[in-house]
Amino acid sequence: MRERIDCDVAIVGGGIVGGSAALFLRQAGLSVTLLERDWCGAKASGVNFGGVRRQGRPLEQLPLSQRAHAIWGRLPELLGTDVEYIRSGHLKLARSDADLDSLVAYRERTGGFGLGLEIIAGEEFRQRWPALGDRAVGGSLCPEDGHANPRLVSPAFARAAAALGADVREQTPVDRVEKDGDRFVLLAGDALEVRARFLLNTAGAWSLRVAEAFGETVPLESLHPNMAVTEPLPRFLDVNIGVEGGGVYGRQVPRGNMVVGGGRGFALDADRARPQRHAVMTLMQDAAELFPQLRHAHVIRCWTGVEGYTPDRNPVIGPSRTTPGLFHAFGFSGAGFQIGPGVGQTLAELVTTGTTAMPLEPFRIDRFPPIA
Amino acid sequence: MTAPLPPVIVGAGPAGIRAAERLVAAGLRPVVIDEAARWGGQIYRQPPDGGFTRPKKALYGFEVGKADAVHRAMAAIRDRVDYRPRTLAWNCEAGAIDLLCEGVSATLPFSHLILATGATDRVLPFPGWTLPGVFTLGGSQVALKFQGCAVGRRVAFLGTGPLLYLVAYQYLKAGVELAGVFDTTPFVVQARATAGMLRDPATLAKGLLFVAMLRAHGVPVRNGIRPVRAAGTERVEALVWHDAGGREHRTPCDAVAFGLGLRSETQLADLAGCRFRFDAADRAWLPERDAAGRSSVAGVYLAGDGSGIAGADAAELAGERVALALLEDLGEVVDAARMRELDRRLSGIAAFRRTLDAAFPFPDDWADSIADDTMICRCEGVTAGVLRDVARNGQARELNRAKALTRTGMGRCQGRMCGATTAELLSRALGTGPDGVGRLRAQPPIKPLPIATVIPSPRGEEGSAGREVA
Repeated sequence: MRERIDCDVAIVGGGIVGGSAALFLRQAGLSVTLLERDWCGAKASGVNFGGVRRQGRPLEQLPLSQRAHAIWGRLPELLGTDVEYIRSGHLKLARSDADLDSLVAYRERTGGFGLGLEIIAGEEFRQRWPALGDRAVGGSLCPEDGHANPRLVSPAFARAAAALGADVREQTPVDRVEKDGDRFVLLAGDALEVRARFLLNTAGAWSLRVAEAFGETVPLESLHPNMAVTEPLPRFLDVNIGVEGGGVYGRQVPRGNMVVGGGRGFALDADRARPQRHAVMTLMQDAAELFPQLRHAHVIRCWTGVEGYTPDRNPVIGPSRTTPGLFHAFGFSGAGFQIGPGVGQTLAELVTTGTTAMPLEPFRIDRFPPIA
Repeated sequence: MTAPLPPVIVGAGPAGIRAAERLVAAGLRPVVIDEAARWGGQIYRQPPDGGFTRPKKALYGFEVGKADAVHRAMAAIRDRVDYRPRTLAWNCEAGAIDLLCEGVSATLPFSHLILATGATDRVLPFPGWTLPGVFTLGGSQVALKFQGCAVGRRVAFLGTGPLLYLVAYQYLKAGVELAGVFDTTPFVVQARATAGMLRDPATLAKGLLFVAMLRAHGVPVRNGIRPVRAAGTERVEALVWHDAGGREHRTPCDAVAFGLGLRSETQLADLAGCRFRFDAADRAWLPERDAAGRSSVAGVYLAGDGSGIAGADAAELAGERVALALLEDLGEVVDAARMRELDRRLSGIAAFRRTLDAAFPFPDDWADSIADDTMICRCEGVTAGVLRDVARNGQARELNRAKALTRTGMGRCQGRMCGATTAELLSRALGTGPDGVGRLRAQPPIKPLPIATVIPSPRGEEGSAGREVA
């Protein structure tokens, strides 16, 4: 017997975007069914680095990112737990004067967004972060950025949505999705059929299957950021660290473990990935160069995940161009964690009001040239 | 005969050594990766070189003949093997494993890989188990064999399994005072199983002798007990336990050695891509293997306790058997009669293994008795209550999710020690069988990897960072 659910909104994908959209839709009183093939927040949303960072984003993401920032500030109230979120500050390091100039230019360009960036260099820099020694000539601090534990945050959104009455189905892969008149019809094997007026495609690296079912596509590729964590160490770092120009990034959690990222893993198959040996060792060397305190530490675990990347490294967010009632949000290109709840809230707004003040034009699904 | 690459054997215990011996006999020169400084594995672990004067008879007891034979087998082929002691295999990707030796990491490509990775103690916690002075049975045995010392002056032995009596007996022989042997198995269960053990009279006789010797020396042997706690403030001062009738007793001691059988080291098989199945006898997910030791991945072979607990004798046979399978897969003509003989003896041991399981059943109610405030993951300080909470409120229905939400298994041991506990507690809390909560996925490095010492040479040069070193 196939179970049938009729609801206002069906969501495919229980990551941080889908989970937060479900939560905000329930707050608005709509009936919601969320279908997640694995466990909610188990994929990219739950295994990313955990940086909660506005600094360094392209300007077009900053309105959404600021919207998300406000949500992050209300997490305990929204989720009933602090999910180890800390507004530690995000310090982006400049290893050369040219990099410092680039950070200054970013501060100028983003002046209207209220990030509160502070450029700190020279003696003052060394005094504030002696642990960073001579590795950088200075940096740009975004005091209210920070980090959180993605393994806790992302499932918590789906759980909070469920607590408000969203029907959250885990271990439920969607095999078929189509539109029947004004209703979307989703089939999960022979077990479940969901009918909904609206459909949110928040399936991360797996989103193309939904988009393509409605005649839309984007050049989305799966990539696998490499991450590692050390054994607990004495605290030496209180800010979340990035580096201008990319490379290694790191944060130390209150427990003392240092989480570092850099380089790429490799795919085992379409659904799974593994850290890559050369990347792991390069990451360890880069991390030890940047943070001399790590030189005598051990790495206890490496991991990666499967994330969707677009050619311009901006996500796809907004209404489908072919199918009324369908909204996409995927392809966050390694930077979906902080912005995720802001996107979820925006999707909920699009469903409930039909419009949003968020500038979504840069994220149109049809912005890429057709794929040959 | 030529193989594409030299076969690689991980582990130089009875399985790895017998596999190497067979490959050498066929004219190959296998690479043997050994974490220890000297070959022999855990069961036949050799003392460090120099200044260690206890004779083999004292170290290995009844097993001295087997230990000596295994040691000699490796010594005899030493020149025809690429033996790499003090080397950790920390990762495996398709067709290559990563090694760490003397602080240098190297990637070793393989076409044929035999995993003979052995086992460690299976432990479940009880109150006080993190006190100084509480050891595993295997750890206590290593102290005796490798370091020439006892874990205490008056040691209590606790748990179940053949190792319980073996180590107790070895401690007795070493002149250590024993506070008692506390077996979780009821006496009637053991007595009933004795009939089946007649299949292997030698083992039965040994077991009976151990118990007789212990009793003759006035060592209390208690059956059907449950630990209440290891008592003490700074370190263990006593073992508090319930007898079969539920009465509480307190036995003064300064060390406790405990274990509930063994668990296979399977991370490399997992990283190599082997398919796993649940094994009811071992209460564990094990890499699939056929009777000859072939895994589900072509070119990857499994032998010894690392692919299922069967003991040292089976490991020797399985090591040779898997080497024959490997040779057969290389197109070599192998001795079919010998293969049949090995198969016959291995299946005999498997049958006997069932009898041993009946004599030393896993105390599957132990997990329920673990109090909520008992530490289950000591690396991360996770208590039983925290794990039960995520199970009971529906947040975690399998192990990896429980790990993500509670941190159990996220520390230095990566679940190698606490994984069994987590699986038992989670499955009991969810009301599933032990097979119902999945298994922890292995992640590299399988043991902590020093950051500073891992890069073989500066990047950008040929042969740098992780390039193949044959």
